[in-house]
Amino acid sequence: MRIYATYNIKGGVGKTTAAVNLAHLSAADGYRTLLWDLDPQGAASFLFRIKPRVKGGGKALIRGTKALDDAIKGTDFENLDLLPADFTYRNMDLLLGDANKKPTRKLAQLLRPLAAEYDHVFLDCPPSISLVSENVMHAADVLLVPLIPTTLSVRTLDQLTEFVGDFTGRRPQIRAFFSMVDRRKRLHQDITAKLSAERSGVAATPIPALSLIERMSVERAPVTAFAPRSQAARAFRALWAELNSDDEKPAGTAAAGS
Amino acid sequence: MTPELRGFELDGEIGDNAGPAGAHDPVAAVLDVLGQAFGVATEPGAPGSGARQRTWLDTFDWRLNRAGLVLEYEHARRGGRLLLSTDEVPLAEQPVSGWRSSRPRLAEDLPAGPVRDQIVKLASPRALLPMATAAGTVSVTRLLNADGKTVARLIVDQSVVTRGDHAVRLPARLAIAEVRGYPGQARRAARLLADAPGVSPAPQSTFLEALHALGRHPNDYSGGVIADITAQMPASVAVATLLLGLLDTLEQNVDGTLRDIDTEFLHDLRVAVRRTRSAIKLLGDVLPGGLAASYAAEFKWLGDLTTPTRDLDVHLLGYDAMAGQLVAASPADLEPFRVFLTRRRAREVRRLAAGLRSARFRAITDHWRKALVEVRDAGRPARRRGVTAADLAVATTERMFRRVAAQGSAISAASAPDALHDLRKRCKELRYVLEFFAPLHDPVTYRKVIGDLKQLQDCLGAFQDSQVQQEEIHALADAMLAERAAPAATLLAMGEIAAVLALSQAGARADFAERFTRFAGPAGQQRFRALLDRFAQ
Repeated sequence: MRIYATYNIKGGVGKTTAAVNLAHLSAADGYRTLLWDLDPQGAASFLFRIKPRVKGGGKALIRGTKALDDAIKGTDFENLDLLPADFTYRNMDLLLGDANKKPTRKLAQLLRPLAAEYDHVFLDCPPSISLVSENVMHAADVLLVPLIPTTLSVRTLDQLTEFVGDFTGRRPQIRAFFSMVDRRKRLHQDITAKLSAERSGVAATPIPALSLIERMSVERAPVTAFAPRSQAARAFRALWAELNSDDEKPAGTAAAGS
Repeated sequence: MTPELRGFELDGEIGDNAGPAGAHDPVAAVLDVLGQAFGVATEPGAPGSGARQRTWLDTFDWRLNRAGLVLEYEHARRGGRLLLSTDEVPLAEQPVSGWRSSRPRLAEDLPAGPVRDQIVKLASPRALLPMATAAGTVSVTRLLNADGKTVARLIVDQSVVTRGDHAVRLPARLAIAEVRGYPGQARRAARLLADAPGVSPAPQSTFLEALHALGRHPNDYSGGVIADITAQMPASVAVATLLLGLLDTLEQNVDGTLRDIDTEFLHDLRVAVRRTRSAIKLLGDVLPGGLAASYAAEFKWLGDLTTPTRDLDVHLLGYDAMAGQLVAASPADLEPFRVFLTRRRAREVRRLAAGLRSARFRAITDHWRKALVEVRDAGRPARRRGVTAADLAVATTERMFRRVAAQGSAISAASAPDALHDLRKRCKELRYVLEFFAPLHDPVTYRKVIGDLKQLQDCLGAFQDSQVQQEEIHALADAMLAERAAPAATLLAMGEIAAVLALSQAGARADFAERFTRFAGPAGQQRFRALLDRFAQ
């Protein structure tokens, strides 16, 4: 089981969009795929038309009184299941903090029993630096970091790389990709070209800013499903092809950075 | 899968051009009912939808069916997959490529996988044969909740079974497929479906419906004795009925033997011949006009015709186990022996096939059947008026038991192997007589008697088979030397095998006394008395 997590400290950078489309592409490739919507706003759940509700809430999942397995819902797509968001996830930091042993590794422990059932798990994380995000970093094999092509975003990536680099033992691979790229903006073009060439952990495929991607919230489906031949879908497919070809690389190395 | 999700049937035919809005399309009526509670949306290209062809597989003697298993091969453009289920609940599946469903394939020749793991012991050494093939289309309709989310699916399967030149349409089959996390919605859809017009619970699986359409039913072959006889039936009619049943079994196995599909066709054919010969010998007196005597020689010829191939089959079937028992030699040393056995078997199979295609064989079976039908249909003969099947059963069974008891009691540690061989033949005859009249016996007592007799037969069989195999290994070694096909290492390995067989024979001999006493000692005799006393009541 390979665990991908879309993560960025900032909101509105395309984490959920990436998680939803990449999970859909993974499932379409025949991988048994699970997407866990960890964001209490429940955007990924909404996009799959699944109610953002888990019986017993986040507390039941974190304390183990409800197995993750029992909360999983089938999406409309073959091989793709979703663990819905719940508004109580907003308190997940506190719940994780209650764990007696290794509070930063609780999510990894909860996901372990799903290894026989799924080939790929995608974690769609809320924007923050918190115990939840630290748990996600410990659970994930690959951190997928959407970057808006600005100088500040690049700085954020450096900070994240440094943070993960300080982990003892297992470390996730960091794979950044440019998101919401506006080709008309010179700054976007420059930063995208420069970083993709200079930094080994930055994907060559950018995800453009397209109104069709915004339309996902109207269609309530991945763009790769409702407009599979669109430029947006092609971009996600190219990105997925890049990421999936990384599978042979050993996990646990901080690949981004210089 | 919950019981209500198992499947429904739909009355009426789905028109070829019936779209979802077809006025008389029974599926449209079903969708109307489901539409009261769900949004409905067809799902073209859904996994599992579209053209579908499947072939159900089992061994000739229905080993999978008798174990409660159903094996299905689902055809696909590239390769296909095997699906194993019990009571319509999936157990395992495995992709297979290069499978031609029309060609039987040995279970042990399947590629490694979970389906093979579950069936190989059960089916071996038999081949998997196509029992029925259904082709058709599957359509999938999504059932949506208020958010437009798929919460269940309606699956409609319309299949056709081909029988000879014409196609038989199976009733359209409907099922509700559950979406994970929405079991309540699936149950609700199933309840609505159950109440929809023209829908009724499917009385049996698609497999059974396909078989029914072909005029077949599961377990329509058994290697056992199947004779519809009653106690008061005239003895001649009972014996003719029983012999006709054996002739059926014999003839059912000819094609599989000629095509060399698996070794058990020949085995069952031989057993039918042996049983026929025993019935002729022990019960043939009740048949008119020396009929039995005139066919005894013909069935001996048939039995002898089949022996060389079967002997080689026994060696080859046990070859891997034999090779695994080698201590001093390595299995590779024995390989020329396997090659020799295989080559010799191919030669013997040709001889056997020539015999089974001969005019003599056809004359035996045709004339024998005609004569037996005449006896069966003539009813009560003028001669031997009053002798019933029950009379014959008691007299013959009692006589055979006494003979076995007497011969067995005379066997001591000093007795020659021939004495045990002879006793084995008597035990076989007794077993056959018991099986011939099985419908007349009390089933509980019968099972106990047969159980003890089987234990004794297994012991005598192990003794005799070891003896025969040792002799054959010597003879085969001579033949291999004559053909210059015997390296020294192979001969040494064969010697080791012969030594293992000698040990096994000694073990069987040591077990004999205990097994014989259990069958024919005071307790065994009492059981036997109880079995036959039933006829006196």
